Amino acid sequence: MTNHWVDFRNADVILIMGSNPASNHPVSFKWIQEAIDKRGARLLCVDPRFTQSAAKSHVYAPLRSGTDIAFLGGMIKYILDNNLHFDEYVKNYTNASFLVNPALKLPGDNNGVFSGLEGSKYNKDTWSYQTGKDGVITKDPTLQDPNCVFQLLKKHYSRYTPELVTRITGTPKEKLLEIYKEYASTGKPDRAGVELYAMGWTQHTVGVQNIRTMCIIQLLLGNMGIAGGGVAAMRGEGNVQGSTDHGLLFHIWPGYIGAPTASMKTLKDFNEKRTPTTKEKNSLNWWKNTPKYSASFLRSMYGMNASLEEAYALMPKLDDGVNYSWLQIFDQMYRGKFSGFFAWGMNPACSGAHSNKVRAAMGKLDWMVNVNLFDNETGSFWRGPGMDPTKIKTEVFMLPCAASIEKEGSIANSSRLQQWRFKAVNPPGVALPDGDIMSEILFKVKGLYAKQPGAFADPLMKLTWPYGRKTVDGHFHYDPHAVAKEINGFFLEDKKVEVPNKKGEFKEFKKGEPVPAFAWLQDDGSTSSGCWVYCGSYGAVNMAARRGKGDPTGIGLYPEWAWSWPVNRRIIYNGASVDLNGKPWDPKRAVITWDGTKWVGDVPDGVGDPGSGRPPFIMKPDGVASLFGPGLADGPFPEHYEPLECPVEKNMMSPQKNNPAIKRFDKAGVGSDLDVYSGVGSCDPRFPFVCSTYRVSEHWQTGVLTRWCPWLAEMQPGMFVEMSVELAREKGIRNGDKTIVKSPRGQVECTAIVTHRFKPFNIDGNTIHEVGIPWHFGWITTKDRKYSPGDKKAEVFTYGDAANLLTSTIGDANTMIPESKAFMVNVIKK
Amino acid sequence: MDVSRRGFLKISGAVLATTGLGVSLKPVSAYAQPLKVKYAKETTTICPYCSVGCSIIVSTRQGKVVNTEGDPDSPINRGSLCSKGGSIYQMAVNENRLGKPLYRAPFATEWKEVDWEWALEKIAENVKRSRDVSFKATNEKGELVNRTEGIASVGSAAMDLEECFTYQKFLRGLGLVYIEHQARI
Repeated sequence: MTNHWVDFRNADVILIMGSNPASNHPVSFKWIQEAIDKRGARLLCVDPRFTQSAAKSHVYAPLRSGTDIAFLGGMIKYILDNNLHFDEYVKNYTNASFLVNPALKLPGDNNGVFSGLEGSKYNKDTWSYQTGKDGVITKDPTLQDPNCVFQLLKKHYSRYTPELVTRITGTPKEKLLEIYKEYASTGKPDRAGVELYAMGWTQHTVGVQNIRTMCIIQLLLGNMGIAGGGVAAMRGEGNVQGSTDHGLLFHIWPGYIGAPTASMKTLKDFNEKRTPTTKEKNSLNWWKNTPKYSASFLRSMYGMNASLEEAYALMPKLDDGVNYSWLQIFDQMYRGKFSGFFAWGMNPACSGAHSNKVRAAMGKLDWMVNVNLFDNETGSFWRGPGMDPTKIKTEVFMLPCAASIEKEGSIANSSRLQQWRFKAVNPPGVALPDGDIMSEILFKVKGLYAKQPGAFADPLMKLTWPYGRKTVDGHFHYDPHAVAKEINGFFLEDKKVEVPNKKGEFKEFKKGEPVPAFAWLQDDGSTSSGCWVYCGSYGAVNMAARRGKGDPTGIGLYPEWAWSWPVNRRIIYNGASVDLNGKPWDPKRAVITWDGTKWVGDVPDGVGDPGSGRPPFIMKPDGVASLFGPGLADGPFPEHYEPLECPVEKNMMSPQKNNPAIKRFDKAGVGSDLDVYSGVGSCDPRFPFVCSTYRVSEHWQTGVLTRWCPWLAEMQPGMFVEMSVELAREKGIRNGDKTIVKSPRGQVECTAIVTHRFKPFNIDGNTIHEVGIPWHFGWITTKDRKYSPGDKKAEVFTYGDAANLLTSTIGDANTMIPESKAFMVNVIKK
Repeated sequence: MDVSRRGFLKISGAVLATTGLGVSLKPVSAYAQPLKVKYAKETTTICPYCSVGCSIIVSTRQGKVVNTEGDPDSPINRGSLCSKGGSIYQMAVNENRLGKPLYRAPFATEWKEVDWEWALEKIAENVKRSRDVSFKATNEKGELVNRTEGIASVGSAAMDLEECFTYQKFLRGLGLVYIEHQARI
């Protein structure tokens, strides 16, 4: 999230689209309600289903799953046609004035794709800017040049007429216009609008572009960086913000530093390729500091056991252009490429798209380590439905770990807020904290390498691990404070450092002293920091454990409650909340204010002294936000494409039906035999209904924890399929009937819930039905499975298996997040 | 009929209005059960479920959790919790929690309880064997890659921040490149 939960209360208009916070982030709704009650805020909700959030909204508009870009593209057109954008903001804080290569072709003139498409990859040569002799980007501050970003944006979205959008989305035209009008009203300096999304936007083949479309809207309306504005990515797990910050993904090191590829042979190569440059004179280009963060990270891995260059060489490298993400992992596993697998605090047998493939893949392993609080469908996959244990070779270790209140440490919520948790009780039996378990495995592996020959062991043997100690019980006790200090960072030698932003002024640090903030990190190996964005979180004080309740700005920043990265800033991009002279666009909602000598309010982001001319989006090399985004794989502007499985024969927007830059696992020779499906793209009559997955308040994720909690299991006991009254009538299904929901990949038994919350869509004159299923269930807590002596048995049984048995191996063009929010099924009465 | 009726009610908007979920609750909950938490030790925690980050007070007596409730001091939740956050008590007080390492041998039909030392040693042997077989110092082009191709990892946003940092350190130290977790799905 760019802003934070409490900040919802500062908004004038709140758009819920791609999420359902009333059900899935229930306490956040407190702040939405406060905005409605206290400032008369308007709540808009766009969703295929009339959700709990929709029930509380002033305007609800239905849309067919997978058509968000069409809907929002129409809003961009509406804003521009009616001149409702925030002109001064757009001109100064975005790349609207940049002149683009005249050779760029937009989809409207190029059969639905941008220029440069070669197979399923874009050559981006034409997605570039015009530059002068000095390399500076050529601009037209009047925004009139036909090749400037603003005019191209206008041209691109001129195709997104309300009539066409309605035919694609199924949203009634009057509802469409009502939402456009209300949301576009925030394009004024004294109005703020915020958008709330979650997996409803990410789990699509156009997931990143869904969010990009909204970012464009927020920039046109001047809603980024201000109180009550922003784009709220509402995360689905308590610490998924933190686990991402810490690089538990193939493509990033901690702190969003791109992981090295094989062609980056030395640290110098790496830093050159990973550090953006700019010719824009006033741009701060914060990522120019990348070499300081990479050096400090390498020190946190290997300390003084290796030089920086040696440490870099020891780190694993990806092959250039190869993707190692989730769908690839299970595809490779199914082909027998892995002998070992850690499923640590995860339940991929239910959370992985195409779960039948995931479950079959795990049977190809030699061994698996599964760490969890409860027995689950992953650890026990070998005895699941359709499995014959006597034929499955996989050796499985299910290790019991401590729950959140049985150990100490911190988590980062959706607003980048790091909050400390204290230990209340011991874990049950001999269960251990995850930190203890991973430390013990590491020591044991190192022990083996110390005694026996094997593969090159330096990367492992040279790792530092000063994170606890062995006590009399013989166990290693992991010390989260020691790790938190490592993440924050410290000086490795006595060092005199020039004060950031104060030329000629120096400060001396002693070896071992914490680094006060990331601006002090060094690229010469004299500092260590595990994750630069957390630098400043743990010095003399453990900032995450703070419980101060003061609110000096009155806008709910609560700067002394815990700690927020970066540098305790609560609203990022807040440099864009003031005009070029440093005056807040809206003084009643000021995030930062210049008091004549310094900024007061939130920790200022990106701004120099007022009038310095520094553009505020300092994480972008050019200093301004991107209406035109040439960095993405599938286009510099978002374009509507249909989900890979959809109920229409043609994309009504263009001749290009699906996102051309996605990896098609369904094509022969690409994915596995389980992915081949010839019905894609043909409106397969066997699977006539759109299906989307969602959550309920009472369960979390695959239900791996909540299904074992009897209070929760009793409230939401099993798998259901929600459908309209009209579809139920058509299929002869009554409320409460047992049904089978089928896709080309599998089937799940569901209880029918017939409601008015789904309505048939009118898609270009055709009646299209959509159904919805929750994804919290799995066979392990069901009554009718086989139980062996000693097996745990849920106090309240649930029924039904995983929704992901139905979803497919297809991902977003940029992130490879599976398209779980739009696929095709059939529903049959059992 | 019972079950679907219940499911129907829970996801309808009507429940939201009648339970007041999402509307401002006064911070009275902390004082609602004085007897239950009398002489209990209080610690604070943050809800492990969704990403709002609600603060919870955990009351323990003689090493047992006796009560959990919303923390009225938190500026985020001001004492409120949803159905999941309100059930944290059952995560700790739950006979179905795994308390011992379990082992399933190849082709076995049942779990076997094992002790840590045995399990950890066997895991370490497996890790070393897989790493030794699949470690590549260089790729096909002869570029230095120092990676282990035969082991993959998924997880975890369910760990603490500190554990996430050390887990990536552990995995990258072993040479893994197939490192993924919940953020990708």
